[in-house]
Amino acid sequence: MTSFDCIVIGGGHNGLVAAAYLAKAGRKVLVLEAETETGGAGRSHEFAQGFRVSMAHLLNRLHPETVKTLDLESHGLTFSPTRQVPSVALSASGDPLILTGAYGEKLEGASPDAARQWAEVRAQLFRYAGILKPLLARRPPALGGMALAETAAFAMTGLSLKRLGQEDMRDFLRVLLMNVADFVDEVLSDDRLKGLLAFDAVLGSHLGPRSPTSLLGLYYRLAGEIGGAPGGQLQPAGGMGAVMDALRSAAEEAGVVIRTGSAVARILVENGRAAGVALDDGEEIRAATVVSAANPRTTFIDLVGPHHLDTGFVRRVQNVRMKGDAAKLHLALDRAPEFLGLPLDHRRGRLVIAPSTNYVENAFNPAKYGEFSPDPAMEMTLPSLDDPSLAPAGGCVLSATVQYAPYALKEGWESGKPKFLEAILSVLERHAPGIRKTVLHSELLTPPDIEKKYRLPGGHWHHGELQADQMLMSRPVFGAESYGTPIAGLFLAGSGSHPGGGISGVPGMNAAKRILGTKG
Amino acid sequence: MKSWDAIVVGAGHNGLVNACYLQRAGLDVLVVEKNEWIGGAAVSRSLTPGFLYSNCSYVCSLFRPEIMRDLELPKHGLQVISYEGGAVFTRDGDYLANYRDHHAHRREFARFSKKDAEAYDRYARDVTRQCRFIQPLLMRTAPDPTSLRPRDIGELLYLGKKFAGLGAREMADTLRFWTMSISDYLDEYFETDVIKANFSISGIIGTALGPMSPGTAYVLLHHYMGEVDGSVGAWGYARGGMGAITKALAASFRASGGTIRTDAEVERILIENGRTGGIVLAGGEEIRARLVVSNADVKRTFLKLVEEKELPDTFLRRVKNFRMRGSSGKVNIALDSMPEFPALPKDSPSIRGDLHFTDSVERMERAYDDWKAGRWSADPFLDMMIPTTLDPTMAPPGKHFMSCFVQYCPPKVEGRDWTDADRDAFAETVISQIADYSPGFRDRIVHMEVRTPRELEAEVGLTEGNIFQGELTFDQLLFNRPVPGYAQYRSPIGGLYICGSSTHPGGGVMGAPGRNAASEILRDLKRGANHMSPAHDVI
Repeated sequence: MTSFDCIVIGGGHNGLVAAAYLAKAGRKVLVLEAETETGGAGRSHEFAQGFRVSMAHLLNRLHPETVKTLDLESHGLTFSPTRQVPSVALSASGDPLILTGAYGEKLEGASPDAARQWAEVRAQLFRYAGILKPLLARRPPALGGMALAETAAFAMTGLSLKRLGQEDMRDFLRVLLMNVADFVDEVLSDDRLKGLLAFDAVLGSHLGPRSPTSLLGLYYRLAGEIGGAPGGQLQPAGGMGAVMDALRSAAEEAGVVIRTGSAVARILVENGRAAGVALDDGEEIRAATVVSAANPRTTFIDLVGPHHLDTGFVRRVQNVRMKGDAAKLHLALDRAPEFLGLPLDHRRGRLVIAPSTNYVENAFNPAKYGEFSPDPAMEMTLPSLDDPSLAPAGGCVLSATVQYAPYALKEGWESGKPKFLEAILSVLERHAPGIRKTVLHSELLTPPDIEKKYRLPGGHWHHGELQADQMLMSRPVFGAESYGTPIAGLFLAGSGSHPGGGISGVPGMNAAKRILGTKG
Repeated sequence: MKSWDAIVVGAGHNGLVNACYLQRAGLDVLVVEKNEWIGGAAVSRSLTPGFLYSNCSYVCSLFRPEIMRDLELPKHGLQVISYEGGAVFTRDGDYLANYRDHHAHRREFARFSKKDAEAYDRYARDVTRQCRFIQPLLMRTAPDPTSLRPRDIGELLYLGKKFAGLGAREMADTLRFWTMSISDYLDEYFETDVIKANFSISGIIGTALGPMSPGTAYVLLHHYMGEVDGSVGAWGYARGGMGAITKALAASFRASGGTIRTDAEVERILIENGRTGGIVLAGGEEIRARLVVSNADVKRTFLKLVEEKELPDTFLRRVKNFRMRGSSGKVNIALDSMPEFPALPKDSPSIRGDLHFTDSVERMERAYDDWKAGRWSADPFLDMMIPTTLDPTMAPPGKHFMSCFVQYCPPKVEGRDWTDADRDAFAETVISQIADYSPGFRDRIVHMEVRTPRELEAEVGLTEGNIFQGELTFDQLLFNRPVPGYAQYRSPIGGLYICGSSTHPGGGVMGAPGRNAASEILRDLKRGANHMSPAHDVI
């Protein structure tokens, strides 16, 4: 049998990116994917007869360097500006706010005053997100003595800070760890806009708009770019599944061998260093380098095993917070829905229901106590509008990320799920009257469902809360913060590592660079 | 007409500390106070015959020992009686006791969970380590990271070196600690709800945050750093109530030749071409001085006492954005006999310490949700003490003074102003919670003083009734406190300084802002500060 230099655990986007980078550098790479298909949370599945959808439903941060190095466009990925879609703050009273261009270059449906305010605030947000951008692209700065690359990242940050000018720099340092609710109250007046920003800031985290540090979530989004548009977002042709196929074909072209249906049971550790993996069926595959794109806790606790690690490290790993709060709803509709006051062509966009910061905060409150939001906030897309192949003729797919749905629901999801679905549908009905009658089939994935379906502990798509105390050198934990681990030859390459989740490919890219820079 | 070297606006503890240091440096200092009594929020007043209340602040712990020594406060009558722990009552009729002795404390935890008892050793070690890092920062002026002045850069380097000195792993812990919620932090150590609730308390007292809000772990330190006669984290009563602290400060100030005028409310700070020239009292009397130091909060100082046109726009915008929403209330109760708490064993020392009824983090967080909605907590968090168990001077023999700090209590009730009816309903909420755990409690009540943010603002002058003169969130700490660019006790107006809790390091009866402001003023005057003992690392 062929022998490999590197084994990559997990064929999600980060696993594929890491594998492709390593193979391009001449390593012999094997990717082991437990499911029958690669693509992780980006792969599409048929949730109703003829209706296909994927867990991740928008592309907004795939790193330009990854796109270029892996030449993803030659593998069928297109970033034509026409695919950029607007963000829409839906309104139950029929006057939605539409942000066109990359994160609201223009506002439709806002007063001239609100528009003026926004132009200023938007510029400021992008200025500040720009400062954090280098930090979010490179390896996190090491606390003990910094390597050259990191110092460079820091230098750049320092530099762009200085470029701000003193007063702007002071404001940056003041608002950095602020909560998004107070921030928008200081600078904006339009409730719909405030609600949208609040939602975007807390999307995918266990925070409310009034939780200190929640503004970081917004910077994280705005530090992303797609098709050269910072803060942009697009509907990939063929859905997210097509993006994953492009990554796969790029990896295979680079010489990566991919085995699906091969779940890793153990990472082989021999006198303190990784020696390969053992599969569910007992088969052992040896390699000097093992790269895990799986969740850090899965990697260290389940695959390596605590007995190979020191207790302090194990404790830190056990303490990583990763209980998801976001549910995913997939609706098969017999026709495209219409939303109150929304011009039809804007339905291609990201449709958000978060009418005010208080609405989002009130949705968050119950989640603190293990209860779901009676009035949930959500973002929706209708992917089949851009790609008819995703639904039967005339039909329409609605894909929604809904908050808050605590992983550990007190009453249990068995009985909670139908109630939560009811809550979501009635909120939907308020914004798209009649939509309920058009529902042919629904699939509601609660965090426990997501955990099971995508092997994401806690059902958390970031592989761990993306909050200040779990970022940079604290991500996933100190001791494994720059893709290396206490086990020689074992590396992390998933969203659990810096900078975090979202279809960016950065953890995979950085991990590969780290490995290639590392002897043996 | 006499012109003073410096006028200090407000005879709160920081104003008096500041005045003492300036006077001792040879300045001729006048302190003006709007009330007919001094003390600000560190005050003891008798509102019913025979009883003395600590009307606002109620325990002594954070007050800096350097200041006590420099200003000879013991000589001027200040005596701090340290007390032994306290207790959290649980709804099942049990209680969790706190002891100062680590091992006694540990044994108590073991009653609830062996695992938590073991975790407590780790917890105490880690928190103390965090204190050791942060504590020296209290007595230093925060450097401006955007400035290129050698002094700021030097200070930044000092902090950087100190931080690097922690070693990589501790640096990572510290970075996490600063931004974590106290609830998440405690989850990393403990499994028992009441033990977590017990430790959460220090993370939320005085803040407009809940135990699940990021950043509350830091606030824990803010309360943990206190010390009484050299033992860190210890708490005590000032004999004669918190007013004893400001009385001693006033005595020390007068002894060194300083002057205090009460019943003298400042209407306006005089400004002549960008420089302060003194103050104007309500009623029109003008008092001249080369320097004016305001102990009032930053909003009161710059939005009420100074005319907008005198201030740069950026500064003004930032002052207006400074958040100081009140989040707590106070109920002071005169009791004709010692209340009973059946849960506590006879002669338990806990009765002499701080008592609480919220036995779960969820109860505390839900109390916070009420505040966010603009209501006072239906099931509030109480920090309750009976100082007269150790200090006989505050009530007639056999009778007692009980101090109840109550959280959460909004500056406005669902957007409208407080009414007396609201205030009474608020008090009833508090009394009924106590009565649930102490049979016959109501019958013991002789007199009550109820203070919502409305009363705190009207009497003490704290804008929106915020007891820390400004919320303790990241955007309002260190070089951001009170506002970026003016975190070094100076202001855009020449000769005008601020020395209250609105400035670094913030609230609590600590005295550090007053002292730090004094050293900045003396630096500007090129006067030696040799009567100011160096800040020392206590831990």
